[in-house]
Amino acid sequence: MLSANLNTYLVISLFMLILGLYGMLQHRSFIGMLISIELMLSGAGLNFMAFNRFLAPDPAIGQIFTLFIMGIAAAEAAIAVSIIFAVYRRYYTADPADVHDLRH
Amino acid sequence: MSFYQNVNEIIFFVFVFLVLFGGIMAVRSRILMHAVLGLAVSLLGVAGLYFHLGSPFLALMQILIYVGAVCIMIVFGIMVGYTPSEVREQGIGVANPFLALTAGVAVFITLLIAISRTVWTPAAAVQGDFSLAYLGETLMYRYCLAFELISVVLLTAIVGAIILARGGRDEEHF
Repeated sequence: MLSANLNTYLVISLFMLILGLYGMLQHRSFIGMLISIELMLSGAGLNFMAFNRFLAPDPAIGQIFTLFIMGIAAAEAAIAVSIIFAVYRRYYTADPADVHDLRH
Repeated sequence: MSFYQNVNEIIFFVFVFLVLFGGIMAVRSRILMHAVLGLAVSLLGVAGLYFHLGSPFLALMQILIYVGAVCIMIVFGIMVGYTPSEVREQGIGVANPFLALTAGVAVFITLLIAISRTVWTPAAAVQGDFSLAYLGETLMYRYCLAFELISVVLLTAIVGAIILARGGRDEEHF
């Protein structure tokens, strides 16, 4: 029974983390990078829920932690989208490589 | 294994497939709208996995917050902020995906070794259950301070997002 095994869930969340990392390094737009961050955060939530189901002494703690991760992710997405608006209005570009005023 | 356990296993693998397929679509697609669609599919799969882990409430919250709020906000971010010619990403060479794949595979192998070598010990005694009543009680009594703090964080994020998105508009357009 793979669905009742801790390591299965850990490998799935590891896949989500790796996909997020890959997308973070490969996307050439701020929105794409934001999407990758959401993937990584969701993988972290899945990890907490897996440990909560199989190892934790109190089943409520992992669920509350996952709820907080969801809240943090929503706040982060709101802030990131508005920062993308501000950067777009200032630089007229969607390419992260073009925003490099501090480099020179 | 009984018939229902087999069905359960099949549904589990359908959700795993949704997670992986949506994730690959989210990171591989060049058109940003398709990437958001992939993200939504992947998060729906995660909601199904939450259901398998014994928490229907979190599965519903995952659909409500991630699929319903975050994905829609990213869609608005694409449609409002970018002119249509830039919705498709440009300037991706050959080296960029290759380097990203190398970094991803390296981290994957490292963490996979760590997962396979660790011996997990379950808790000796489990108190409480997965019911929604117990979850709400714990949230309101033991974790009351964290509950209030997350609402302050969300309020700050909303006000900050409004200020950031409004900044500079008055001088340019009026």
